[in-house]
Amino acid sequence: MTVTMSVEMRQIVKRFGTVTANDHVDFGALPGEIHALLGENGAGKSTMMCMLSGVYRPTSGDILIGGEKVRIRSPKDAMKLGVGMVFQNFRLVQTLSAAENIVLGERSSFWRGPKWIKRKQEEIEAISRKFGLSFPVDRPIWQLSVGEQQRVEIVKTLYRGANLIILDEPTSVLTPGEVDRLFETLASMKAEGKSVILTTHKLKEVMAASDRISVMRKGRMIAVMDKKETNERELARLMVGKDFAAPRPLADRPKGKPVLIMDRVEVLGGHGRKALDGISLQVHEGEIVGVAGVAGNGQKELAEVLAGLTEWRKGTIQFGGQTFKRASVRAAIEAGIAHVPENRMKSGLAGSLGAVDNLLSKSYRTPDRSRLGFLLHGRNRSWSQSLIERFDVKTPGIDTPVRQLSGGNQQKLLFAREIEMNPKLMLAVHPTQGLDVGAAEGVHRLLTDLREAGRSVLLISEDLEEIMQLSDRILVIYNGAIAGEFSRAEADRERIGMYMAGLRDAEGDAG
Amino acid sequence: MSDKPAGSAIAANTAAAPAAAEPANEGRLRLRIEFDPQRQGSPWWIPIVSVVLALAVCAVFIAASGMNPLAVYRKMFMGAFGTEFGFTETLVKTIPLLLCGLGVAIAYRISVWNIGAEGQFAAGAIAATAVTIYFPGLPAYAAIPLMIAFSLAAGGLWGLLTAIPRTYFRVNELISSLMLNYVALLALDYFVFGPWKDPKGMNFPGTPMFTEAQSLPVLGATRLHLGLVFGLAAVLLYALLIRYTRWGYELKLIGANPDAAKNAGIPLNRHILIVMLLSGGLAGLAGMSEVSGVAHRLMYGISPGYGYTAIIVAWLAKLNPFGIILSSFLFGGLIVGGYSVQTIGLPSSVSLMLQGAILFFLIAGDTLFKLRLRRSGGKGREA
Amino acid sequence: MDLFTQLVMAAVSSGTPLLIATLGGILIERSGIIQLGAEGLMLMGAVTACLTYLHTGSLALALLAVFGVSALLGLIHGVMTVSLRANQIVSGLAMTLFGTGFSAYLGKPVSGMPIPGSVPKLELTFLQDVPVLGPIFGRLDLLTWFSFFLVIAMHLFIHRTSAGLHLRAIGDNPATADVMGIRVQWTRYACIVIGSMLIGLAGADLLLVFSPTWIEGMTAGRGWIAVALIIFARWNPVRALLCAYFFGVLDTLGFRIQLVGSEVPSYFLKMIPYVVTILVLMFLGWRNRNQPSGAPESLGVPYLREQRF
Repeated sequence: MTVTMSVEMRQIVKRFGTVTANDHVDFGALPGEIHALLGENGAGKSTMMCMLSGVYRPTSGDILIGGEKVRIRSPKDAMKLGVGMVFQNFRLVQTLSAAENIVLGERSSFWRGPKWIKRKQEEIEAISRKFGLSFPVDRPIWQLSVGEQQRVEIVKTLYRGANLIILDEPTSVLTPGEVDRLFETLASMKAEGKSVILTTHKLKEVMAASDRISVMRKGRMIAVMDKKETNERELARLMVGKDFAAPRPLADRPKGKPVLIMDRVEVLGGHGRKALDGISLQVHEGEIVGVAGVAGNGQKELAEVLAGLTEWRKGTIQFGGQTFKRASVRAAIEAGIAHVPENRMKSGLAGSLGAVDNLLSKSYRTPDRSRLGFLLHGRNRSWSQSLIERFDVKTPGIDTPVRQLSGGNQQKLLFAREIEMNPKLMLAVHPTQGLDVGAAEGVHRLLTDLREAGRSVLLISEDLEEIMQLSDRILVIYNGAIAGEFSRAEADRERIGMYMAGLRDAEGDAG
Repeated sequence: MSDKPAGSAIAANTAAAPAAAEPANEGRLRLRIEFDPQRQGSPWWIPIVSVVLALAVCAVFIAASGMNPLAVYRKMFMGAFGTEFGFTETLVKTIPLLLCGLGVAIAYRISVWNIGAEGQFAAGAIAATAVTIYFPGLPAYAAIPLMIAFSLAAGGLWGLLTAIPRTYFRVNELISSLMLNYVALLALDYFVFGPWKDPKGMNFPGTPMFTEAQSLPVLGATRLHLGLVFGLAAVLLYALLIRYTRWGYELKLIGANPDAAKNAGIPLNRHILIVMLLSGGLAGLAGMSEVSGVAHRLMYGISPGYGYTAIIVAWLAKLNPFGIILSSFLFGGLIVGGYSVQTIGLPSSVSLMLQGAILFFLIAGDTLFKLRLRRSGGKGREA
Repeated sequence: MDLFTQLVMAAVSSGTPLLIATLGGILIERSGIIQLGAEGLMLMGAVTACLTYLHTGSLALALLAVFGVSALLGLIHGVMTVSLRANQIVSGLAMTLFGTGFSAYLGKPVSGMPIPGSVPKLELTFLQDVPVLGPIFGRLDLLTWFSFFLVIAMHLFIHRTSAGLHLRAIGDNPATADVMGIRVQWTRYACIVIGSMLIGLAGADLLLVFSPTWIEGMTAGRGWIAVALIIFARWNPVRALLCAYFFGVLDTLGFRIQLVGSEVPSYFLKMIPYVVTILVLMFLGWRNRNQPSGAPESLGVPYLREQRF
């Protein structure tokens, strides 16, 4: 081949302690191509890209840029070499304007009068126009939508003259419409001769956007191929491998009595905006209801209002035959609502305490755990020990601070606590976030087991795959209300995607 | 993000050694200082080392002003622990430190930064004195309990004046509790210079002396009074409550992670109010035991800064109730020792200086312990 | 002189130390570090100024010594909070306790001794006959003029320079700032040291201009009020000017009311600034209950750089 690779990674090994994230991986991207790096969560693709952008350093192996061997020791080094990365969690300062974020770190011109600002804004707008990336330049980031923030991130890399642009799971936060726009932008960058690397686990997008595809599995490079030579089926097989356990089909169950009935509930979010705008939904006994939606459409508030953490303004919430009067976590717990919160270490567990104290937090008021205000010490310890064994939590001891456990074991501990309170409804928010495939499967099994036992589950997740795999019914949340409802049989990615984007009216035309 | 191992952010470079700046020679073995925030607690000897280092640093300052620091420390030590009088006097100073230190420790446990023990102490002292002024003829069995009740209530109320703005108006309790210290001390000055001034006191800013019935009983011929029992009982009670009750568990959970406590249905605001009521009440009780057990009157400058010293007492003990007994005894000795060096021409503020230095070394020691050496460029630690 | 002019003059003279200390605090807190050692720093600044001035008779040397001492103390706070990531609140408290004790120790020999001379005044003769402006601005000392300059300089620095932009980014999101190539820890050190020097200068101003005699604990909580003023001013230097002068008025109000011959005991009048501080904070908390306080978002959170293997 005569063309020099714009980037080449040779025999990259990356270990985190005993865990090998990348095992002698070769990877390369050509100028003027969109290269998809495909793999499941935990396959090692983000780690590869983090090494390219200077966040991590390879344990061994070489990185070549433009044919020359380089050392990338920091994001700043990467920037100088023309590598720009758009991380999944944006690296933006919320209070600064888009333009300020873009010029951040630039040392030229200490004094920045109105003229300088105007010149820079024009420069930025010129780049945005060229690649079809529109966003308000002078507004603070927190006022921008997620899609706009992503565009700011892309312009940031272009402004610094990046020739190699890496996007880490760029579509996970976008609506299908925004995804199409993003792909147009990527195409125009490709036309400029830039290399674009896209990490993703979504096959459709790979087929729609990329020129070449590299597939990773369990830290190894499995295949590199041209898009034209392959198809979705083959990619799926390569990505998942043989050891993939197909999701157990959910046995049909007769619909039970409604457990939760929310009727036109309104909740105010930050900045006085309606976060939930007249949401109505029902959850029946023995069913898993999935709530799909793009981040920031009221999922957080929905979970909070049901867990009793947030007050609501209008509407009624009925649960298990009783009507909630006002927000009270204690009332929610006593009524039988279990809650696995979004960020387990932030609000689910107390990292510095041991398993016993963490397991107690939902049930310490019950007569089994305490009498007359005194905790039953010995009994609680043996109870904790038995729970840890039953849920197979791997921990050195019941007093070991739980932040020393792995993410999967923390989540098991959290589920053990919540399931042990014998809930009528399990409120699970992004329950598999950050877990590897095995641990995620374990969590899925716990949820389906609850369903088998006749309990209800409200599964709030941004991972549409997960929702489609587990749910009896799928609700799509958009702008704080339910935009659409699908049964398991009629669930369809395309249509759910339209509803997620708030395009239900367009559905008729699309046929 | 899920591709990163769970422990990827658990260790990081210190500021002194930015990774980007160093050449990456993989062949050579290099050591790097890193910070491990996972590490819990610190060894028991850190407080002792802190005290020793603080003594060493202050020795430099003392030497700089032309004194022999060893002689000064010897004098301080002998003054505080060397004689029977000094020893009991140290115990006398231990009492208010013990009560105030326990009070602030309860608040710090749930990250409520009460630095208003000084004002709560003054409020308690004023309230106890009010009993002697307005109900002068009560017998001991009525006067003492009434004084205790008044001081607990007044100290607790002063604590609530910090807690209510914090819970309902999001006012930073550091500032409000400190401002209330000045208010309480000015109120104290008003009473002792104004309406309650002893008419036979030759203009001394103090109330008339308490009667026998209004004074706490003392041990033999010493000045050691019943307040010590209050302090020890409070420590014991608190330790039991924390360890064995639901309330104690709730405090522990709030202290470890307020968000997790909220998710468990524990009302944070109510606990802040209760804790500040207790915290203030204990400091108020300290004020009562000081006027009734030691000074036998309310007077100007009744507290030489017990409320502030209590902060360090609590930290030195790492908020452990039994540790507070030890650290308050140590600081009691420091105050008495500070007085004893006045005779050789040093100001007693030497002890205040030492206190600040001890606190510095203490927090530095706690975090230094979390630093560790690690080989860089090679394998990392297990995630 | 009419009452208004008198009030403004009082506000300026007793508000200037508060203003300088608040500006120093704003600089430190904008970088994301809490500084509660202001009281101790001010006392150390005052006692250093007093001792150096009495020994050398040179104002320049006195100020130099103040800067040196407070920069050193700031450096200690920096090591504690930036490098060792100690609890910023406790480190500040330690600074206050140490400063209070050490200043009392150092100042014992000169306690109660009035210092000869003072900061030179800038005589603007052309202004002195103008009503209102004349009495206020005609004979101001250099330190007060410096505080005016500081307000403008700091405002421009934060909003109109590249370094100011970096400072804002660090205070709100140090991780992003670091990725963008900004030296987070270095900037934090610089802010803590310079801010501490300003707080020390505030103490010196209190001694050299406002009440020219060293007395133990002479700041009487002004350091803490400055900490509260940072919140009132919402971390904004221009607002800090207004807030500091408002408290300057309160500070002298008690004294003024007494002069008028009020029956209220002076102890209660002296409580006014402290009580008003709490009330204003409560009012702000109530008014801003649904909106951010304007504080830098990562204030008080030590920054840990992500591991780079």
